[in-house]
Amino acid sequence: MELIDAIPVRHPWRWVGAAVILLVVILAIQSMTTNPKFYWGTFRTYVFDVLVIQGVGWTLVLTVSSMVIAIVLAILLAFMRQSDNPLFRYVSWVWVWFFRGTPVYTQLLFWGSVGVLYPKIILGVPFGPELLSWDTATVINATVAAIVGLGLNESAYLAEIFRAGLKSVDNGQMEAAEALGMRRSKVMWRIILPQAMRVIIPPTGNETIGMLKTTSLVLAVPFTLDLTFVTNALASRTFLPIPLLMVAAFWYLVITSVLMVGQYYVERHFGKGVDNVMKAPVKVPPPAAADPIMLPRGNNLA
Amino acid sequence: MPDATHTSAEQAAQPVTVKPLVEIQGVHKFFGDHHVLKGIDMTVKPGEVSVIIGPSGSGKSTLLRCINLLETLSAGRIYVHNDLIGYREVNGKLHDLNTKQIATQRREIGMVFQRFNLFPHKTALQNVIEAPTQVKRQSKAAAKLKALELLEMVGLSDRANFYPSQLSGGQQQRVAIARALAMEPELMLFDEPTSALDPELVGDVLEVMKNLAKSGMTMIVVTHEIGFAREVGDTLTFMDGGVVVESGNPREIIANPQHHRTKEFLSRVL
Repeated sequence: MELIDAIPVRHPWRWVGAAVILLVVILAIQSMTTNPKFYWGTFRTYVFDVLVIQGVGWTLVLTVSSMVIAIVLAILLAFMRQSDNPLFRYVSWVWVWFFRGTPVYTQLLFWGSVGVLYPKIILGVPFGPELLSWDTATVINATVAAIVGLGLNESAYLAEIFRAGLKSVDNGQMEAAEALGMRRSKVMWRIILPQAMRVIIPPTGNETIGMLKTTSLVLAVPFTLDLTFVTNALASRTFLPIPLLMVAAFWYLVITSVLMVGQYYVERHFGKGVDNVMKAPVKVPPPAAADPIMLPRGNNLA
Repeated sequence: MPDATHTSAEQAAQPVTVKPLVEIQGVHKFFGDHHVLKGIDMTVKPGEVSVIIGPSGSGKSTLLRCINLLETLSAGRIYVHNDLIGYREVNGKLHDLNTKQIATQRREIGMVFQRFNLFPHKTALQNVIEAPTQVKRQSKAAAKLKALELLEMVGLSDRANFYPSQLSGGQQQRVAIARALAMEPELMLFDEPTSALDPELVGDVLEVMKNLAKSGMTMIVVTHEIGFAREVGDTLTFMDGGVVVESGNPREIIANPQHHRTKEFLSRVL
């Protein structure tokens, strides 16, 4: 047997393209390193500054907790939207309509001023006695307002992503599970949602990274500890906006990269059985027979 | 079999013959204006293998799907084990069953689909133990033991840890049969179980079904496999245009069809 050793097709324009891109990159690096107005010294001073690192931490807290709230609500909203119960469907629709239909900045402003609207949160009988009451300002402080504001807004967008995911699962899956006597809620949770996750994860990753940047709007609450606010404050103090913008951009990029790595593993988890399956056993069964696949079936039955 | 007490009138009416496991009475089904089933009557005795054949669009799959409530009836009644499927009859008035009661009824009825519908994110073994552990609340260990037995029965014990996408169509369908059997149903419905398979894979699935029939399982099989009907079937029903055209002993009907439509259909598929 003579193995084929063909001469591959040449792609000279790829080399030209690569040279051009390399040149652009070198020029960009050169301009950034040699232009003194970038103040890289200031960048180095502040990139690991305690205030900046705390800002990174708060931005992460806001992103993660608002996304957790949003995902939990989105699953609920998407299930409600597919429910037989018309009340659930309607409530879910109105929720998405409202929170998607008003600006997130406005919603954050509202959550920030809810204490002005309702100074006290009172638990009691309508027109009757009060049972418990709290000061709104202590319950919904700036952190809570920021997280709730971002989370509720995001839940509306995610609900649509989850709904699309649930719809992408073949109807036969629901039928097969119901034919086995599984209740609908169980079918959704154990059969439909895990398969829908394959479709849901990439846009949700997108939304998470979007949320990372949206957290910079929490100054509307006002919440003043996140990365953008802190670097802006430092910029006004030092009168050097560019290097501090670079500090913020650097950290946003770092967090985004970490999130992307996380997304890779989440995608791999929910892709099991569908994406990248080898034509080989997942776990090799005990080597009982040499070639059991070819044994005629039914012989041991009769 | 447990004795049903609430249909004593029926028991009195048929004292000698074996009580049917499935009774289909005057079933009609409309999809919008489309009249798919036009008054179907049919009975299936315990242990019987009832084969339904007919051209596509004849309503045979719809009838099968009505038995486990994947479709709701427009008129008529279906009883499985003397249980009215989908409803509760109180003073001649039907009340919808709630989802929990419907799920309970479905547990007694296994279904095998044309397109297998295995859960792609679960291995063969996980597919089989899903319902026993989640619905019947069996322990994982017990369900696994039983599942491995069932996979052995369908000739796939060496494929327990494979995902459906790693199995051939015929293997997937045999896992699907094992999955349905894991709930220990008293009735198995097969909706064209070999129609989506490559010809060389059909035999394995039919072999499993044949063995299942021999073991005494009550089966209703919608199929185009006339050979299976002749060899394994106890009764053969030919449906066309939403009605039962002819019904009886498979070997007699296939050898000597009485109705010209049956004749025509058989001449085309044989």
